[in-house]
Amino acid sequence: MKRWQRKDLLGIQELSVAEINFLLNSAQAFKQVGKRSVKKVPSLRGKTVVNLFIEPSTRTRTSFELAATRLSADVINITANASSLVKGETLKDTALNLQALHADVIIIRHSAAGAPHFLAPLLKASVINAGDGAHEHPTQALLDAFTILEKKGKIAGLNITILGDILFSRVARSNIWLLTKLGANVTLAGPSTLVPRVFEQFGCRVTHNIDDALRDADVVNLLRIQHERQRQTLFPSIGEYTTMFGLNKERFARLKPDAMIMHPGPINRGVEIDSEVADCDRSVILEQVTNGLAVRMAVLFLCSGGQAVES
Amino acid sequence: MNSLIIKHGRVIDPANHVDEVRDLFITGGKIAGAASNKADVIDATGKIVTPGLIDIHVHLREPGRSDKESIETGTRCAARGGFTSIVAMPNTTPAADNTGTIAFIKQRAAEVACVNVFPAGAITKELKGEELAPIGSLKRAGVVAITDDGRCVQNNELMRRAVEYAKMFDLPVMDHCQDYNVAADGVMHEGYWSAALGLRGWPAVAEEIIVARNILLAEVTDWYIHCQHLSSARSVELVRAAKKRGVKISAEACPHHFTLTDESVKEYDTNLKMNPPLRTEADRQALLAGLADGTIDIIASDHAPHCTYEKQVEFDVAPFGIIGLETELALSLALVHQKVLTLPQLIEKFTINPAKLLRLSKGTLSTGADADVTVIDPVAEWTYDVEQSASKARNSPFHNWNLKGRAMITIVGGKIAWQLE
Repeated sequence: MKRWQRKDLLGIQELSVAEINFLLNSAQAFKQVGKRSVKKVPSLRGKTVVNLFIEPSTRTRTSFELAATRLSADVINITANASSLVKGETLKDTALNLQALHADVIIIRHSAAGAPHFLAPLLKASVINAGDGAHEHPTQALLDAFTILEKKGKIAGLNITILGDILFSRVARSNIWLLTKLGANVTLAGPSTLVPRVFEQFGCRVTHNIDDALRDADVVNLLRIQHERQRQTLFPSIGEYTTMFGLNKERFARLKPDAMIMHPGPINRGVEIDSEVADCDRSVILEQVTNGLAVRMAVLFLCSGGQAVES
Repeated sequence: MNSLIIKHGRVIDPANHVDEVRDLFITGGKIAGAASNKADVIDATGKIVTPGLIDIHVHLREPGRSDKESIETGTRCAARGGFTSIVAMPNTTPAADNTGTIAFIKQRAAEVACVNVFPAGAITKELKGEELAPIGSLKRAGVVAITDDGRCVQNNELMRRAVEYAKMFDLPVMDHCQDYNVAADGVMHEGYWSAALGLRGWPAVAEEIIVARNILLAEVTDWYIHCQHLSSARSVELVRAAKKRGVKISAEACPHHFTLTDESVKEYDTNLKMNPPLRTEADRQALLAGLADGTIDIIASDHAPHCTYEKQVEFDVAPFGIIGLETELALSLALVHQKVLTLPQLIEKFTINPAKLLRLSKGTLSTGADADVTVIDPVAEWTYDVEQSASKARNSPFHNWNLKGRAMITIVGGKIAWQLE
């Protein structure tokens, strides 16, 4: 693959392996930029990037904002409270108004699955999905893959366990599509109500036994319990979740010695992950954050029509 | 009143076991035994002549939301679709839970409707599922059934009393089968596609629990409960088994449920968001089997118009429902082309079966019956263009579909209500 063809990045599911690799290679080049003393490049000078965050986010919004700034774009942040959406304007009208202000890229975070897919065909501007409901979070999956590649040198053949709230997780879905496309053995684990068997149809192994999930794992990706998306009937309590599925020190000790710990954040210390485990040298949680910047620079650059990045 | 002779058509009148090529005579708004002198002649050679089609599940939106649809536009849609009688659902604003609203609907229909409009009344006040609506008074005002359609009475005791009470007035009870706790905030069928799309699932069991409930209540009360728009295989199986032991239970299916599956939601097109949701291919096949063996008695559209701007939103927040009156017959004739149903079997589900359920003196071509007649070309090929719809709404997933078979002439009370140009 020589050229990036897409105007939008809506999800991982529709990407080819070649496209995923192209993005990851481009991110490699942008990671080097972050190591320079002058971290800014002129690639998107004169372009306007809008962070349209209809659902609260700090990490992802900051990461996208910084990525766009480092590419020299003009960046505007719009959050749900500040937008006209609270005054009853539809998402379509909000987006068309932003386009009328000559926005070149609209990065959208929305609680409704499919919101970016709804906007993309209506707009000339690029639409980047920064998380849509429980559907996809493509840049998170790309930065996770980037981190795994950096640390393990490969993805194919690795045993990767995603543990936690799969049903409501866009991170899980994007990771599932990406990792299975690149040949990893993906295991999904957690309570049966949050990890339904239907996910086996996506080419994953599903288990509700934590020891079984961790035994052969090369990578453990922990997901936060999404309180905000859940109904109360799905599991008894956070305490019981921690007892049954939390990555505590005992479970950590039984992992393969080189198993790597990942988490998309925000972490809940003492809930899904023991505090010391989160901070140990096999945890790459903060490196994921750093890599996220490089991945998002690559995505913004390519979807804005940039090409020919050499790694 | 003018007279008509419909010549050389294949007359299918399942109520009278008629399926033969012959002429049909209309005089004075009634089906006649012989031709009158000054009759206009319609040549129906190669066409099907049936009792006027009946759709027992239509949302006309008037009063209250005549920006979505009105009695005038909704009935024009019906006429174009070949329907001579429709049943108007009570979830208007105000709800049809009082005699004033029923009187209004009947009066507006008398003024502007081009087909017969039979109102359904609410089971409970404001469709809230808390207190019974004045069912006896509604019957006197002219309702042909009661239903909280769009909503479902969750309180089993209240539902039992509603059925028991309606029985006194010879009123069938129709139910939109949905357990709210189980369906929760689901927006599409719970399964592979909801998992893939990250959309909240509306599991089939949320319907099946209420179908089972209704079967038990129909049995206990020995009265008629009609399950509206079945969508799942297990619902069909429950109804089939109940009918075998003689329970007064009946069921309808909608063309979208027996034509489409949940996979079609994958582009997040809100014109594929309906309640109950589109389900799996296995469910679709079960609906076809249920239609074929008579478990499902009736086909209805659940014509549910919404404004375009209301549907042009995120999938989660879009209203449920699609318009269906104009595509219903063609999508159903597809079952005949696919040899799932014979033509008489299909016509039965549009005529005598709904008429029997609602005790309407309609649905037959017996001499002396109201001259409601539909002339159908079962093989005419056409493309549905929703922009040309008689509806105020445009929310159809069948826009640009190539269809086979359509109504050519719709005759209501001996008068041509619509004919294809």
